[in-house]
Amino acid sequence: MGKTMAEKILARAAGVRSVSPGDLLDVIPDVAMSHENAGLVSKSFKEIGVSKLFDPDRIVIIFDHRVPAESEKTAEGHKTVREFVKKYKIKNFFDINTGICHQVLPEQGFCRPGEVIVGTDSHTTTHGAFGVFSTGIGATEMAAVWATGKLWMMVPETIKVVTEGKFSPGVFSKDLILHLIGLLRADGADYKAIEFFGDAIDEMSIASRMVVTNLSMEMGAKAAMIPPDQKTFDFVKTVSGKPFQAVLPDSDAKYCRTVDLDLNLLAPQIACPHAVDNVKTVKELAGTPIQQALLGSCTNGRVEDLEEGVKQLAGRKVHPEVRMLVIPASWKVYRQALDKGLIAAFIDAGAVVLNPGCGPCLGAHQGLLAPGERCISSTNRNFQGRMGSTQAEIYLASPATVAASAVAGKIALPEVRS
Amino acid sequence: MKFSGTVFKYGNDVNTDVIFPGRYLKVWEPTEMAKYAMEDIDKEFAKKVKRGDILVAGKYFGCGSSREQAATCLKAAGISVVIAEGFARIFYRNAINLGLAIMACPGITAIANAGDRLEVEPTTGEVKNLTSGKTAKAKVLPPFILDILNDGGLIPHLKKS
Ligand code: SF4
Repeated sequence: MGKTMAEKILARAAGVRSVSPGDLLDVIPDVAMSHENAGLVSKSFKEIGVSKLFDPDRIVIIFDHRVPAESEKTAEGHKTVREFVKKYKIKNFFDINTGICHQVLPEQGFCRPGEVIVGTDSHTTTHGAFGVFSTGIGATEMAAVWATGKLWMMVPETIKVVTEGKFSPGVFSKDLILHLIGLLRADGADYKAIEFFGDAIDEMSIASRMVVTNLSMEMGAKAAMIPPDQKTFDFVKTVSGKPFQAVLPDSDAKYCRTVDLDLNLLAPQIACPHAVDNVKTVKELAGTPIQQALLGSCTNGRVEDLEEGVKQLAGRKVHPEVRMLVIPASWKVYRQALDKGLIAAFIDAGAVVLNPGCGPCLGAHQGLLAPGERCISSTNRNFQGRMGSTQAEIYLASPATVAASAVAGKIALPEVRS
Repeated sequence: MKFSGTVFKYGNDVNTDVIFPGRYLKVWEPTEMAKYAMEDIDKEFAKKVKRGDILVAGKYFGCGSSREQAATCLKAAGISVVIAEGFARIFYRNAINLGLAIMACPGITAIANAGDRLEVEPTTGEVKNLTSGKTAKAKVLPPFILDILNDGGLIPHLKKS
């Protein structure tokens, strides 16, 4: 019987011939990523009491959640990790001048088709855009991976999502995935893997594919994968010198559910407070006043996202009663955006451009909300209190919708501009 | 291991951002973390909870981020077991690996109310409401997970082996 990508990749990583959903495996991950919570991991690692790391070269640590340190406590945490990195000779360490982990990991060549990535961040599903089985784990189990090189995992069932048709102008991969989350709901893929198919997926840029796999986490997905194609291989070869063995699903693989999406009819979508699956069309919400607009994050902070933002702003200004924050997902992205004149365009329009990092996405610093304020954001979570006050509201939408709303001072449909 | 304690009850889809808000993620000491547990959903929780108490919730408890502080803070606050209609994947793993007992129990919200006394037997899945006399049956945890829990979490478990 045919196998899904999850089944094939996990079988390889566990060194067994064939697996089925529900099987418990000891999986050997190819890459083990952490961010600031590497501090917590190192604490647990020391408790285990082993003298060395299983394989320091598989470990990647990227500072992104609070960069530069916003408090003395964070500075202490950063310091602890830097010392650990030195002591244990972890060479894949990226300090505050690199970017958000989910952007840096592929940029630095760690996402190779057919491999397994575990990360101490729930949106580690992002790397499935490269045909990787990539999933989020906790800090304590990461310590176990650091010490033993393996981790217990259950083989998930897989949902097949098939898209048909084409995006209309003003509609993007963010709208597709928000719409899907609205359909399947926040727990619709809990414990499950997802595979995405269809012409629209094939035609999507790597950056747009990452939006889809990133947000799949918000349906509870353990992993979300796009079967790798020439575009994937071309990208991976430019950033990684390592050989890899791509894995594709069998044509007769068994899925627990198939979902068909017609993109021809899709309009811009928006996730309303305080749940990502509370999805409506932007049209329904149009006119709702906002005080902040955030363009950035591991979801939508890449060059094409900034370009869409600038298209909406061109020749116009951010509304005087709106603070628009722009955060490129990495310093590489920032650099490219500079070269393309995007940063200048944002500044001229009255936006505040911040350094790459998570920024206010998780409510740590850099642009928190006061009670009663509303923010439209290109990020991936709108939970109550996520970005400051529990009395504030967060709306999630595409970069184009975010920028169009920043200009209008209220939630607005993107204009069709070239 | 057998648990008995007073019930703290919450609804569906309780996410990790309200169990342990992001603004406190820089706090590392479990006892200090316990002070902020559930703050955004129940300001009284941290003050009222006593060692051994039981947290009951609806479906998809612990959805959201991978922060294991959500499990750590509940354990440090004194919660002996979380019983819910269902859990989000990462929270489920984190709880087990940190030695916080966790049980999926369809129908639990119908038989338990805040303030009730509950008794839970993890090896058989039997749940008894000592206040009302009602019972429910939780899913029994696989033996290797019970082993991890009995050892107090993944780290002590690994140390042992
Ligand atoms: S940008 Fe937001 S969602 Fe992405 S890793 Fe950072 S905190 Fe998490």
